[in-house]
Amino acid sequence: MVTAVIVIAGLAALFGLALGFAAVRFRTEGDPVVDRIDSLLPQTQCGQCSFAGCRPYAEAIAGGQADINRCPPGGEATIRALADLLERDPKPLDPESGVLKPRTVAVIDEPLCIGCTLCIQACPVDAILGAGKQMHTVITSECTGCELCVAPCPVDCIEMVEEPVTLKTWKWPKPGELAQAAERR
Amino acid sequence: MSEARLWRFHGGLKLDARTARPAAESLGVVPVPRHLVLPLSQHVGQPAEPVVAIGERVLMGQPIARPSGYIGAKVHASSSGTVVEIADRPVPHPSGLSAPCIVIETDGLDEAWRGYEPLPAYSELTSNDLRARVRAAGVVGLGGAAFPTAVKLGAGSGLKLLILNAAECEPYICCDELLLRERPEEVLTGAQVLLRALGIDRCCIAIEEDKPRAKSALEAAIAAAGETRVTVVSVPALYPEGGERQLIKVLTGEEVPARGVPPDIGYLCQNVGTAVAVARAVLHGEPLVSRIVTVTGDGVARPRNLEVRLGTPIAALVEACGGYTDRASHLLMGGAMMGFPLADDSLPVIKGTNCIVVASREEIRPRAAAMPCIRCGECAEVCPAQLLPQQLYWHARSGELDRLDEYHLFDCIECGCCDVACPSQLPLTQYFRFAKTELWARDRDRARSDLARERFEARRERIEAEQEARRLRLEEKTRAAERTRGDEGARKAMIDEVLERVQARQDENDPDEPGR
Repeated sequence: MVTAVIVIAGLAALFGLALGFAAVRFRTEGDPVVDRIDSLLPQTQCGQCSFAGCRPYAEAIAGGQADINRCPPGGEATIRALADLLERDPKPLDPESGVLKPRTVAVIDEPLCIGCTLCIQACPVDAILGAGKQMHTVITSECTGCELCVAPCPVDCIEMVEEPVTLKTWKWPKPGELAQAAERR
Repeated sequence: MSEARLWRFHGGLKLDARTARPAAESLGVVPVPRHLVLPLSQHVGQPAEPVVAIGERVLMGQPIARPSGYIGAKVHASSSGTVVEIADRPVPHPSGLSAPCIVIETDGLDEAWRGYEPLPAYSELTSNDLRARVRAAGVVGLGGAAFPTAVKLGAGSGLKLLILNAAECEPYICCDELLLRERPEEVLTGAQVLLRALGIDRCCIAIEEDKPRAKSALEAAIAAAGETRVTVVSVPALYPEGGERQLIKVLTGEEVPARGVPPDIGYLCQNVGTAVAVARAVLHGEPLVSRIVTVTGDGVARPRNLEVRLGTPIAALVEACGGYTDRASHLLMGGAMMGFPLADDSLPVIKGTNCIVVASREEIRPRAAAMPCIRCGECAEVCPAQLLPQQLYWHARSGELDRLDEYHLFDCIECGCCDVACPSQLPLTQYFRFAKTELWARDRDRARSDLARERFEARRERIEAEQEARRLRLEEKTRAAERTRGDEGARKAMIDEVLERVQARQDENDPDEPGR
């Protein structure tokens, strides 16, 4: 009887120590679930999900404060990927947050720009270059197409333009769609 | 070595070569057209950047665009004339899209540029010098893929064998056969220059066994030159033997690893046309401004091979072949298996154009409605890359693109054998092309979103740091104010200091200097 108590107590102490050591030694910084959700989001940083960027939205999803269908730029594909990751049922995009649109980039009509810097402050990825009372310009390769710069512009000189398809970005159509397109013609 | 043992690659198809008519004719030439349209992206890799301006007079062979990256190639004017346009023009591409082109209005004089310095003593030059010349001359693979040759020549060490590919296995194409028959000496010189550039001493030229005339012409040239390092090997005609992986397997029995390149196992493949372009670039300093194109099909009056200036509209080629017959119905660039349809005959010939087919209605296999896959496995039987096309099809169709990598989609060479074998008439190759471009697009999106994430985080950190700094400053000030409370002199000094600062700022913001 006494031996049993000693053995059990000893084991408990041993495991306690082992777990305590592991908790310190193998401590994970940050939340891996948030990272994984974040990696599935398109990083447009547009805030259409009502959070201040993709990472905050990922945190909200992980914390259970937001649903997975609030990301219009990601569209169906992102919702499906999130549903897979979190083992939930995919659902259609929440129309409150927006609709799926083709990818665009911001273009500043430079002669109209008055150099107010408001768009620079609005840009979540620092993709607008310029200084006070100097002309601004968008670094197209860095622009995510979030449209956050459009509203603050006092002279409405920012336009969202669809990216043209080039030989490098052109995609072969899916065969079924090709046949359908041919039929429509 | 011509009696050497040959191996067999997996799958493949015996196809009707359909080259009898053009192969019976001699090599023709196309007169200088009124306009030359030279796309800036005629090759794999980054498009070239123009180095000429609109209105500038250019000479035949003069560089008009330079590569913008390592994987790129120069573009040269293919006749003399005036640059009249640098703009987007329709280019020969499956997409039918327009891309940047330089348009030259020719003057008919065909006045030659001074050219690069001829290097007849190439055997005393280093590999790097030879590669630099090949790069300067804008040479790319002329077998169809148009990969910059200089890049390929720099692809590794420990090579055992140079393989010159004359195994034109795709129906309709016979431009390499004509080249071998008409210019065997130049092919041999090309082989010698390439051997020097690679620093090896074995070359094997592979020709399909149904081209005995080409083979004997080449053998005669080799015997005349007394060249012992170069051998000619006759290989059985089987599609897609001209694929470099398949050809290496046939010649050596070895397999290029998936996602690897032939130099990984000691081999380097070059098309025979490319070898001639290399020889001309080195020995005569001539840039790549023309190539041989097979123009064939029931839709042209006199199918034949033509030496064509790059940028020549296809209509001029058809003209040189006696014009269209009344049976002409489809225009294709490339051969019967891997070619793609062209919208019209105003499109230019580019470096990768090996064949133009003007097909009649009967020549085009009508695609019957696709039936469901019955999992017969015929496609896997014929696949030269030893893939499972039925599985690839399944996942590509259902959009499970992640699974495609497990089935080695990117080893697919898009030869089209599975399409021909499929009893359900499924457009398998097109599914694979669709899936590949879709996956590339996804990679691009991922790269962009990673960049955006990085920049978003950086911005957030910067803003937080600024806020923290402001908070600290404020705290510091509050503490200073507390210290000086009650001390009248110190307070006065502080007020003076603040006033001074405000004054200084006002001076800075002087309205006479609106630049601030």
